[in-house]
Amino acid sequence: MFDLLIVAATLLCALQAIRSPRLLMSALWLASASALTALLMYLLGAPEVAVIELSVGAGLVTVLFVFAINIAGEEVTDLRALVPRPLAWLAALGAMGLGAWMAIPGLRAPAGPFPEPAFAAVLWEQRGLDVLLQVVLIIGGVLGVLGLLAEGRVHARKEKQS
Amino acid sequence: MTLSLPALAAAAVLGLLGIGVAGLLVTRNLIKVVVGIQVMTKGGMLAMVLAGYLSGRVQTGAALALTVIVADTIVSVVALAFAVQVRRRFGTLDLQALSTLRR
Repeated sequence: MFDLLIVAATLLCALQAIRSPRLLMSALWLASASALTALLMYLLGAPEVAVIELSVGAGLVTVLFVFAINIAGEEVTDLRALVPRPLAWLAALGAMGLGAWMAIPGLRAPAGPFPEPAFAAVLWEQRGLDVLLQVVLIIGGVLGVLGLLAEGRVHARKEKQS
Repeated sequence: MTLSLPALAAAAVLGLLGIGVAGLLVTRNLIKVVVGIQVMTKGGMLAMVLAGYLSGRVQTGAALALTVIVADTIVSVVALAFAVQVRRRFGTLDLQALSTLRR
C-alpha cells in the first residue's frame, strides 16, 4: 500500500512538472519527483545511490534550475509546440504501452541474491572504466558551469567594433 | 498480477518515461525541454536499480545508476548553460523563434 502511494505520488509530481505553466513551480515539482524516486531506490535495496540521487538530483539540479531561471527569466507566454497536445499524449501512451508489453514478461520473482562484493568494491574494481568516464564528465560539467556564469563580453566587444 | 514492489517500480519506470516523452513533445520552451529530459532520465536510473533487484545483482545495478546520475546532472548543467546563453544572445527561449533555417 505504501509502495503504491509512493509510485502514484512520483508520477503525479512528474506530471505536474511537465504541466505547470510557471518554470519555477516546474523545477520544484521536479525536485519532489526526484526525492520520491530516491525513496523508491532505497526500497529496491540501493541506499547508496538513493542518497546520491537525493543530494544531487533533488538538491544540486534544483539549485541549478532556480539559478538558470533566475538569470534567463520567466516567459509567461504559453509556448505550444507544433505537435497538437492530444497527439503528443497519445504518442507517449503508445510508447508506454509498447514498453509494458516488452517489460512485463521480465517481471519474474527476483533471482536469488548472488554473492556480491560491497557497493564500493563493485564501483572501484569492476566498474573502474565508469569511474573514469564520470571524472571526464564532471570536468565537462565544470566547463558547463563556466558557460552558465559567463557574461556576454566577447560579443559586446565585437558589436562595438562593427 | 499482484502489486508487488518490482511491478510497481516497473510501472513507475514506464510512467516516468512516458511523461518525459510527452513533456518533450508538448513544449517549445528550452528550460521545459530540460525538465522533460530530467523526468525521462529518472525513469532510466530507476530501471537500472530495478534490473539489479530483479537479477539479484543489486550492487552492479546501483553502480550503473550512479553513472546515469552523473551523466544526467552534467547534461542538465550544459543544457541550462546553453539556455542562459541563448536567452542572452537572442532574447528568447522559444525553440521555434530560434530556428533560422526555415523559409
